[in-house]
Amino acid sequence: MAPVPYKVGEHPDLPPPVSVTGPLAWLRNNLFSSPTNIVMTLVSVWLLYELIPPMLDWMFFDAAFSGENRDACRAQAGGACWAFIAERFRLFTYGFYPAEERWRVNLAFVLLLAALVPVLYDRLPARKIGLYYSMAFPLIAGWLLLGGWGLAPVDTDQFGGFMLTLVIGVTGIAFSLPIGILLALGRQSSLPIIRLFCVGFIEFIRGVPLITLLFVASTMLNYFLPKGTVFDLLLRVLIMVTLFASAYMAEVIRGGLQAIPKGQVEAAEAIGMKYWQSMRLVVLPQALKISIPGIVNTFIGLYKDTTLVIIIGLLDPLGIGRSSLADTKWTGLHNEVYLFVAIFFFISCFSMSRYSLYLEKKLKTEHDH
Amino acid sequence: MSEDPNDSHPSEGSEYAVVMRNVHKWFGPFHVLKDLNLNVARGEKIVICGPSGSGKSTLIRCINRLEEHQEGDIIVDGTELTNDLKHIDQVRSEVGMVFQHFNLFPHLTVLENCTLAPIWVKKMPRAEAEEIAMQYLERVKIPEQAHKYPGQLSGGQQQRVAIARSLCKRPRIMLFDEPTSALDPEMIKEVLEVMVELAGEGMTMLCVTHEMGFAKTVADRVIFMDGGEIIEQNSPQEFFDNPQHERTKLFLSQILDHT
Ligand SMILES: Nc1ncnc2c1ncn2[C@@H]1O[C@H](COP(=O)(O)OP(=O)(O)OP(=O)(O)O)[C@@H](O)[C@H]1O
Ligand SMILES: [Mg+2]
Repeated sequence: MAPVPYKVGEHPDLPPPVSVTGPLAWLRNNLFSSPTNIVMTLVSVWLLYELIPPMLDWMFFDAAFSGENRDACRAQAGGACWAFIAERFRLFTYGFYPAEERWRVNLAFVLLLAALVPVLYDRLPARKIGLYYSMAFPLIAGWLLLGGWGLAPVDTDQFGGFMLTLVIGVTGIAFSLPIGILLALGRQSSLPIIRLFCVGFIEFIRGVPLITLLFVASTMLNYFLPKGTVFDLLLRVLIMVTLFASAYMAEVIRGGLQAIPKGQVEAAEAIGMKYWQSMRLVVLPQALKISIPGIVNTFIGLYKDTTLVIIIGLLDPLGIGRSSLADTKWTGLHNEVYLFVAIFFFISCFSMSRYSLYLEKKLKTEHDH
Repeated sequence: MSEDPNDSHPSEGSEYAVVMRNVHKWFGPFHVLKDLNLNVARGEKIVICGPSGSGKSTLIRCINRLEEHQEGDIIVDGTELTNDLKHIDQVRSEVGMVFQHFNLFPHLTVLENCTLAPIWVKKMPRAEAEEIAMQYLERVKIPEQAHKYPGQLSGGQQQRVAIARSLCKRPRIMLFDEPTSALDPEMIKEVLEVMVELAGEGMTMLCVTHEMGFAKTVADRVIFMDGGEIIEQNSPQEFFDNPQHERTKLFLSQILDHT
């Protein structure tokens, strides 16, 4: 056969053949690419088949959503008894916050969501004004929740449930980042006293379990502080949780700081920037960006660690759940309680994790090419 | 430029842009700079060369206090460099520096790199700072890249941005530390062209480089360093045609062989 002459410039871009792009190709590449892969796929499908339908049955199709007590539930259906959760829902949400004042918790929650917008979304118009509001939010929320200045005062031992988790979690997250940054910078300071203090603080806090710190907060501080000092238990817990997270945060950020070449600070100094300017405008934006996964990891850890306050008698959702189980009307409904609390934590933590991925991707496409 | 009438330069009267008298510096026990004396006249262009590790970078980094000298005096534009932070700020506002590896800020656009110091150090309004930055980006022939990030530019373009960035605060003295040695050959030329142009405008320049062509066309004086000492200094013509010192001859034969 005579060879066909190669025609230069007559090769338009063609779409790839279906065999490499279609859904069948996807299946072949991802699920059935090798014998091991085929076995894994089949086993996984079988496991899902065995697990998912019974779970759905228990959670939805065979579940009771109303009823006076456990026996009423059981009479209706063999699955979950959500009536229990429904009856205790307010307790789970507000703890023992006085019923007629709960609108303040709701308002604080809405304001929290509003305060998150300028922090999380940088393309907001007039973001700067929004950020001032976000910075003022802790004060506003504190006033709303605690009362005073025209609002009926509410004692912190009435805080509980999801609201308590959010109070501890949000406070810890909001304060541990700046404190962590200061500690990380201090650890690199050229002044030995500052360096020593920061290293000592970080190593001490990291070397002690959070539970121990919480016990210290609940009991020991009373011995150290002058007699008669009224120092709220929740406030002490907030301080301990924040300090604990700050120490971890500092180490995460130190890793980021070390990854920034020395030339960056030198260039900043050479154009006349002062230490704090070069940190704020040159070094930290880069260091924090590469530390995002670690920072969010610390946030998530802190958020879940809030459940430890149960040990010193604060009633977070887990604590509320356990005390609810003591009610003879509803005995034995552990699965419902723990699943409900687990879902709450999962939604919070999973959102944080997704946001961090979004942020990483966004910053990556913005700066690196 | 915001010419502040109160901002009188103590320097106006002094004859030299940079004066170094009996300067010594140690890194730990290691004696890097040994009794250096150097006077740089206003508008003078100096090229510093010498083997690796001879202290060239350290010498020019002492001039804007990226390194601290331990003995002797360094007077930059009439301001003596001491531990006084005011003096250091004053000197840094007069001295621009270009690094071997550019050291641009990767998280900021080219324009933001250039306006950072004017806005935060000189407290210039943003619009004015941007206008000035664009002028300098035009001078280094990359105004069209203003809104890109440094990572999107070639090495030669990045180095020209770095030059524009240091020019934006209107320095009277420019320090260059091997500005072309991290560049591919085809990009060296575009950076050197910008530097030659700058020299033509009367800027005082101290440049560590092994680009002998640049030294011949631009330098008023070539300084050869070895082992922390200034071994020899002369006009480029004399320096290249008639080197006095054995070590200079050896060094020149090595780099001329190379290029
Ligand atoms: N921060 C530092 N700490 C300790 N030693 C240093 C430091 N910086 C430089 N040195 C040493 O000082 C000597 C001079 O360094 P310098 O960077 O000034 O040399 P150079 O002439 O610029 O060399 P090159 O051509 O390689 O850039 C070298 O031996 C180097 O190892
Ligand atoms: Mg060097």
